[in-house]
Amino acid sequence: MKTSHLVAAAATSVLLVTALAACAPPEKGGSGGETKSGVKVSEATSAADFGGIDGLVEAAKKEGALNVIALPPDWANYANIIKTFSDTYGIKVNSAQPDAASQEEINAANQQKGKSSAPDVFDLGQSVALANTALFAPYKVATFEEIPAEFKDPNGAWVNDYGGYMSIGYDSAKVPDIATVNDLLKPEYKGKVALNGDPTQAGAAFSGVMMVALSQGGSADDIAPGVEFFRKLKEAGNFLPVDPTPATIESGQTPVVIDWDYLNAVETKKLPSWKVVVPQGAAVAGYYFQAINKDAPHPAAARLWQEFLYSDAGQNLFLGGGARPVRAEAMLKAGTLDKAAFDALPGVEGPRVIVSVDQNAKATKYLADNWAKAIG
Amino acid sequence: MRRASSGGKILRAVLLVLFGLFFLFPLYAMADFSTRNLIQGGRTLQAWKNLVQDDALYQAIVISLLLAVFTVVVMLLVLVPTMIWVRLRAPWAKGMVEFLCLLPLTIPALVIVVGLRNVYLWVTYFLGESALTLTFVYVVVVLPFAYRAIDGALSSIDLRTLSEAARSLGAGWATTILRVVVPNIWSGILSAAFISIAVVLGEYTIASLSGYQTLQVEIVAIGKSDGPTSVAASLATLLFGFMLLLVLSLLTRGGRRGANDASPIPQAAAALTPAPAAQSGANA
Amino acid sequence: MPTARSGLSRMSPAGRLLGRRLREGLPLAPFLGFVVIFLIIPTVTVIVSSVYSDGDFSLERIQALFSGTALAALWKSVLLSGSTAILGAVLGAILAWLIVSSPRTSIFRRAVISMCSVLAQFGGVALAFAFLATIGLNGVLTLWVQDRFGFNLAGAGWLYSLTGLILVYTYFQIPLMVIVFVPALEGLREQWREAAVGLGASTWQYWRQVAFPLLTPAFLGSTLLLFANAFAAYATAAALVSQGSPILPLLIRSALTSEVVLGQSGFAYALALEMIVVVAAVMIAYGALVRRTARWLQ
Repeated sequence: MKTSHLVAAAATSVLLVTALAACAPPEKGGSGGETKSGVKVSEATSAADFGGIDGLVEAAKKEGALNVIALPPDWANYANIIKTFSDTYGIKVNSAQPDAASQEEINAANQQKGKSSAPDVFDLGQSVALANTALFAPYKVATFEEIPAEFKDPNGAWVNDYGGYMSIGYDSAKVPDIATVNDLLKPEYKGKVALNGDPTQAGAAFSGVMMVALSQGGSADDIAPGVEFFRKLKEAGNFLPVDPTPATIESGQTPVVIDWDYLNAVETKKLPSWKVVVPQGAAVAGYYFQAINKDAPHPAAARLWQEFLYSDAGQNLFLGGGARPVRAEAMLKAGTLDKAAFDALPGVEGPRVIVSVDQNAKATKYLADNWAKAIG
Repeated sequence: MRRASSGGKILRAVLLVLFGLFFLFPLYAMADFSTRNLIQGGRTLQAWKNLVQDDALYQAIVISLLLAVFTVVVMLLVLVPTMIWVRLRAPWAKGMVEFLCLLPLTIPALVIVVGLRNVYLWVTYFLGESALTLTFVYVVVVLPFAYRAIDGALSSIDLRTLSEAARSLGAGWATTILRVVVPNIWSGILSAAFISIAVVLGEYTIASLSGYQTLQVEIVAIGKSDGPTSVAASLATLLFGFMLLLVLSLLTRGGRRGANDASPIPQAAAALTPAPAAQSGANA
Repeated sequence: MPTARSGLSRMSPAGRLLGRRLREGLPLAPFLGFVVIFLIIPTVTVIVSSVYSDGDFSLERIQALFSGTALAALWKSVLLSGSTAILGAVLGAILAWLIVSSPRTSIFRRAVISMCSVLAQFGGVALAFAFLATIGLNGVLTLWVQDRFGFNLAGAGWLYSLTGLILVYTYFQIPLMVIVFVPALEGLREQWREAAVGLGASTWQYWRQVAFPLLTPAFLGSTLLLFANAFAAYATAAALVSQGSPILPLLIRSALTSEVVLGQSGFAYALALEMIVVVAAVMIAYGALVRRTARWLQ
């Protein structure tokens, strides 16, 4: 009797599951509204569709809110950027899940599609961004032409907003100065070297291992020397499997941190003995990708946010957080760049390496197969 | 077992002290750590104040408490009438209900949350995305504990006679359940409620992988940037759970011996003994 | 009111019986609905999705389970669960014996059992932080030992890797063992001991020839329970470990949230399937052992 119950229950569930898998719930209609020129707001591709930037500002103010996600306050000065945007335009910014990773931004957009709390804009790492372009709405900001071609999608589906170089940050009061990556193997650094995350999970950590690979004779095509170095680091007892955060840096738990230079640079303001160095000959550049959610609940506000980020004011705010704004070259020529802040950035010598999509895929596969073994 | 020699007594005392140290020291360490000022040294109560001052943490506490209450209410509404009905009118279903109630112990929460995504697309479509929609999953998660507690209580009263007497005096089903049966199984219901509250407050797996900001999720998030506050919140959760269970055991005095013991501690024990595990279903 | 079942229903056609079953079963619908929607469907989804990728029946996800990383994670999970199960079982049995020696309704006993309930079931994240506060990099014990003996207890962060997990898991395995094993110990009747002594047995002989054989199925069953518990546990590991995915549950987390290795949600289904299979196998063995125990310890 019980078996037949079970069988019946199982059969019904299999049917239900296949039915469920086939049909997702109906999507709530996208946020409506049209601009004066008759274009749907969620399909506007530039400020011209709003009749100029003022029209855009007006439409955005009418929406009254903006949902951002995964923007930690002390990452590239986002706290300031959010506040300035909010104060300038009087639009409330809802910052959800500041510690989320790029994939979780996409997950949130998918799970909350049609809801008023869905993210309006994304700030993503390279892999996730390029894998999900179908979710983005193309939009060209006013300063679109000034951005070099390799940093944008021709239609404006995604545009790099800021970037940095992989660096080693260290507390000079606790450890000796670091000149090269090989210094990290010395006994003075026992139990002190932390990597920002797991390279099979977080983009920042991935770039960190890539930087180390470059310093050990590898290349963007060959990340193996980097993994090998970390294996040696772990064996020497120098590798600390802890996630470094501003709290761990300030309390002295993680005296050496491999992370983006803009993240390390922020610490110098809080901990004066914190120094940041980009190793010679191992300059891995990484830019983040800014995009608008195709199903954004506040499409006009989302577009205004883009305009703000790529304006001189927004780009200089990124610079204030130690990140390199994507329009740096153009602004330098026009003299609108914050020169003092720009000069304060850590010097970079040697060829700059940007990992391409294919190189990324190859390295990712190698990491997925070998990282856990190396540091496990 | 009680005729211990003095040698045996010393051995027992030493072992108890060792165990006591092992279990109580981390709790002491939590109290110490949470009152420490990491950057400047010295003591501070800031971490504990953050439980109400820090907005995100406070919201998470409120949400988790609400979730616990909703879960208990829904669980009782669904489970108590069902179990009474099974006993009175559908004894053929007893095996199936028992099996289904114990199933969440065998299916890890991690598996449930991986397979839950599709279902939750529908749930959020109908009911919005508040974390309170977790109530439904949590009811399923606490079923094993609640079932055992209520089952034990129901076994210890003469349900059939009680309900027949009530019905023959003209009471409807609702009155029978609410005013006749429930007061008699009160200890079982309390037991189920308290244990469910503790489980919901401690649940992390499903909430975190579904992206909701409940108390435990918030504790882990804060732990990355503010150690003492997250330790304070964790300690508060542990102490609260402990208080709940201790109060429960005092209220329903450890009582009659027997196969269908209605007292809650053997209840809780029985909830786990012949049946599969605790943590796989709960929050571990 | 009991209906006249014996006479009528045996003569009624199957249809009438079915009708009555439906009427009796209908009030069970809310309960069944809950369980089916929020438990059965997710589980079946996992099982089905691990062999169906993009609408085609395919074993590629199952094959991925035999890759180096997945096998390594499985092995480490088994290692972690097995070692903490054995440690927890032995130590927990000792503690259970200590508890049973106190009077039944004493405050001490009730407090200890309440504490065990809390630590065993409701503690995942809290326990991780308890150990961080004790022997983490800034932990109380770490600093104390550092001051007194100049020795860095936290070392290179062993707490955040597999070794650390073994220690923390034991912390909640022992209370679980206590909760599960105390009823078994209580089932040892005092009369048996008196009878054995009356027949001339020494304490050691009583334990070895009467108590241990009686307790063995319960002990083994509880060990299996602890194994399944540790194997399926997620919260503690998630709160403690952020580097590498040494065990199976963390590999599932990585498959679901990684921003570097994409498109792994299918892999997550396969891993979840692997988890159900292992836990179900262990629980079936546990159930068999418990049935043997129940015979003696009514």
